[in-house]
Amino acid sequence: MNKPDYSDVVMRPKLVGKRIKRTEDLRLLTGTGEYVDDVQAAGMVHVAIRRSDRPHARIIAVDAHAAFDIPGVIGVYDMTDFEGECEPAVPTSRMKDYYATPTWPLARGKVRYVGEPVVAVVAESRYAAEDALDHIVIDYEPLPFAIRQVDAVKDDAPLLHEEAGTNVIVRREFVRGDVEEVFRTAPHKVGGTFRMTRKCPSPMENRSYMAQWDKRNRALTLYSASNIPGVVRDVLSGCLGLSSHQLRVIAPDVGGSFGGKGSLYSEEMLVCLLARKLQRPVKYVADRLEDLAAMSQAFDELIEAELAFDDEGRFLGLRADVIGDVGAFSIYPWTAALETVQVISFLPGPYKTEAYHGRIRGVLTPKPPTGPYRGVGRPSSTLAMERLVDMAARKIGMDPAEIRRRNLVRREDFPYRTAPGIIWDQSAFLECLEGACAALDYPALLDRRDAMRAEGRWVGLGFASYAELTGIGSRISVAPGMPINTGTETANISIDATGVVTAAFGVASHGQGLETTLAQIIADELGCAMADIIVLHGDSSLVPMSTGTYASRSAVLGGGAATVTSRGLKAKVLRMAALLMEQQTGDLDLHDSTVTSRASNQSLTIKEIAKAVYNQMGRIPRDQREDLVFQETYDPYLGTACSSTHLCMLEVDPGTFGVRILDYVVSEDCGRIINPMIVDGQVHGAVAQGIGAALLEEVIHDGEGQSVAASLADYLLPVATDIPDIAIVHIEAELPNNVGGFRGMGEGGTIGAPAAIANAISDALAPLGVEVNKLPATPDRLFALVRAARQDKPPAE
Amino acid sequence: MSEHTDDLVAVTVTVNGMTHSRRIEPRMLLSDFLRHGLGLTGTHVGCEHGVCGACTISVGGRSARSCLMLAVMAEGLEIETIEGQGTPEALSRIQKAFQDHHGLQCGFCTPGMVMAIADLLAHHPLETDDQIREGLSGNLCRCTGYINIIAAVRELARERGPLT
Repeated sequence: MNKPDYSDVVMRPKLVGKRIKRTEDLRLLTGTGEYVDDVQAAGMVHVAIRRSDRPHARIIAVDAHAAFDIPGVIGVYDMTDFEGECEPAVPTSRMKDYYATPTWPLARGKVRYVGEPVVAVVAESRYAAEDALDHIVIDYEPLPFAIRQVDAVKDDAPLLHEEAGTNVIVRREFVRGDVEEVFRTAPHKVGGTFRMTRKCPSPMENRSYMAQWDKRNRALTLYSASNIPGVVRDVLSGCLGLSSHQLRVIAPDVGGSFGGKGSLYSEEMLVCLLARKLQRPVKYVADRLEDLAAMSQAFDELIEAELAFDDEGRFLGLRADVIGDVGAFSIYPWTAALETVQVISFLPGPYKTEAYHGRIRGVLTPKPPTGPYRGVGRPSSTLAMERLVDMAARKIGMDPAEIRRRNLVRREDFPYRTAPGIIWDQSAFLECLEGACAALDYPALLDRRDAMRAEGRWVGLGFASYAELTGIGSRISVAPGMPINTGTETANISIDATGVVTAAFGVASHGQGLETTLAQIIADELGCAMADIIVLHGDSSLVPMSTGTYASRSAVLGGGAATVTSRGLKAKVLRMAALLMEQQTGDLDLHDSTVTSRASNQSLTIKEIAKAVYNQMGRIPRDQREDLVFQETYDPYLGTACSSTHLCMLEVDPGTFGVRILDYVVSEDCGRIINPMIVDGQVHGAVAQGIGAALLEEVIHDGEGQSVAASLADYLLPVATDIPDIAIVHIEAELPNNVGGFRGMGEGGTIGAPAAIANAISDALAPLGVEVNKLPATPDRLFALVRAARQDKPPAE
Repeated sequence: MSEHTDDLVAVTVTVNGMTHSRRIEPRMLLSDFLRHGLGLTGTHVGCEHGVCGACTISVGGRSARSCLMLAVMAEGLEIETIEGQGTPEALSRIQKAFQDHHGLQCGFCTPGMVMAIADLLAHHPLETDDQIREGLSGNLCRCTGYINIIAAVRELARERGPLT
């Protein structure tokens, strides 16, 4: 076959796909970024919050008398001071049997978890406000409670929200095929109880809010460390009785979220109410104890699951009964379905599983509400499924790679509809598995493991294969009928009179580098220099409807909006250039900020075109002149699969029961890569969070409902010595069916790592008969498992 | 901790080469003094327990947690904060390595990391990745998984050569 001749094609360098250094970095590296606590205003006052020290109690009286003796104290407020000034935020949904708990600025009538805000002190300084907290006396009447989900789910359990009539506020069930029959006749079954315990998202910046009342315009500006400023604007304007142009929510530089800043918080309502009441700027910055106690938390499902399979290792059926501990409230706007329902929606994973029965009950307990956290539901579902897969392989003596190879959805099966109804468009499921095996030379890895085992060492390896739905469009909602639209993203891109490009989005970058990646896309699609583009985001006033950055959506939806909007704007630029040059638009190209004509030697820069359009009267006929502004909304409708296989080898120390990861590879398909440097950084960070979830991090509430984790010395985040080198294999086997060809990939590492590590520890301890089904696998938990196995009895917990 | 007092005390510190004199409450944390007293908001506060390292600064040439010091303890001392490292127009060598290696994402831990690394480079061999990891283990980063920070430090240590 002849090689095609491209000699007449001018190759234009593209920015998409390149390791472009981030434009955000210059300010963030030099201390010139602006996070909410860096925002100052004349006359600003500070809030400190007295939080509940009871898991469940009626508020009888608040005596704040003595607090006013502290110099600098301006006011002390409980919920009774705001009655009539606000409506609660209610995370509604059409889901059957669902109860939407209301969120108020402070506890109203009762407290429902330790850490719930009860009384706010406003003072001239934070120091004075905190002094005053000690002088407030709250009289509580203790109420009964059930702290564990297995107790709270019972019919006679004490109710947290009496109006609901039950603690079970979410119920969902997915059924496909005759599961009973499949399990009755299946040659083999494995099963177990799986659990990812509670986590705290723990971004390095704690939650921070500053509200400023503008007397002149009778309007509020809320600076919020939030990744959903648009959602906050929409709901708070309603709660506060403001029209939405009287409330602007700005998320300036935000120091990470991982989901923890992705819901509405009482404290956001509180500072807005106080700023309006006092007509002064009001700042509240949570300290670490407060965020460990009251930021939305993660996971916490108890999963009873069973897998049926045949002698060939083919999966025949899967069933699961799940109790999700949703904490004390259904979180706004996501609802208590967010974390819980995803567990049974994604449990079958990337495998062909025809018969399925998944049931979830989401139950209220006196703990902080669960909410979005990197991975959402799928770290738990993947732990359960991948453990079952390894248990199945072990039961029939099959290699764990081979059993996955036999069951993964294959290229010819796409698009594949899973039993719970998720559509996998097309993604490199199998290629990711093979990529991981190739990267670590799987046969050699097995030999290495066996050689170390022969020395008596506890070494094991573990896989995790998963798929996630990213960049979800308007077809799929977290909770049917929930209050927001997550399925569209709007870009407004304009060229001003000086020829520079301003691109406004509804996304809210908080570490992802969207100012860089979206500019890369616009530069390519519009044909302008990246240096001429400024990307605006994190501000509810930029586009008519916005939500923010979450759920691995911003590359897909933001990137898609950047693409379609740039194309629309480019067409306008070319139309104006055609008039100025007296050429046909079809003969014009736009590259490097310059329109050139293929039919003549003419060229015009964007700057010259902008000058002609805006400043040079009469150069373009009045009836044909168009502003160089374009706005378009992109909706990917279904969303796209992102898939991956993780493979790791690790060693358990028989003396300390600590785990050391020896090798780690992530083999993933995230479609077309915008910036490989940023993608690798997302994988590293997400895997590190997965390692934290697998080995270190755990929010523990004791029998009295008190959280045991009071500092980062109790709640252990991974440090540099905990994280191994991570090899990454990128597979771009098939491009998804969306504009730009991007898949979302920010969460995957946290989905795969816990399961891979649980499998590897189980493999390492297989000679002892230990299965690790509950994470984190802390040294004391492993010690208990090993001791129980040696004594041949079940562990104490 | 004692409660509010009108007994302010005088403190004089030199920060990034500039000398500041203020009258402050004796209980004021150095981190709060830098951020809110002097407006140097590049120093970040992540935990106020000395665990996370986001507030790391240089005091008398060695790294220190500004949340574990009272401002009055800095009387007469030379302090360097992230604002003394480089500017957006002229990054310091450490800052440049962070950008080149994508050693930051949200940027909140970054000032503390940079200040800690300045101390590591000045005083520690950093010949192996294990030594680099050990050196960084007092600073938490929730975004990067440390891998690109380690790469940046590896390059900086190689450039620096062995400690004399």
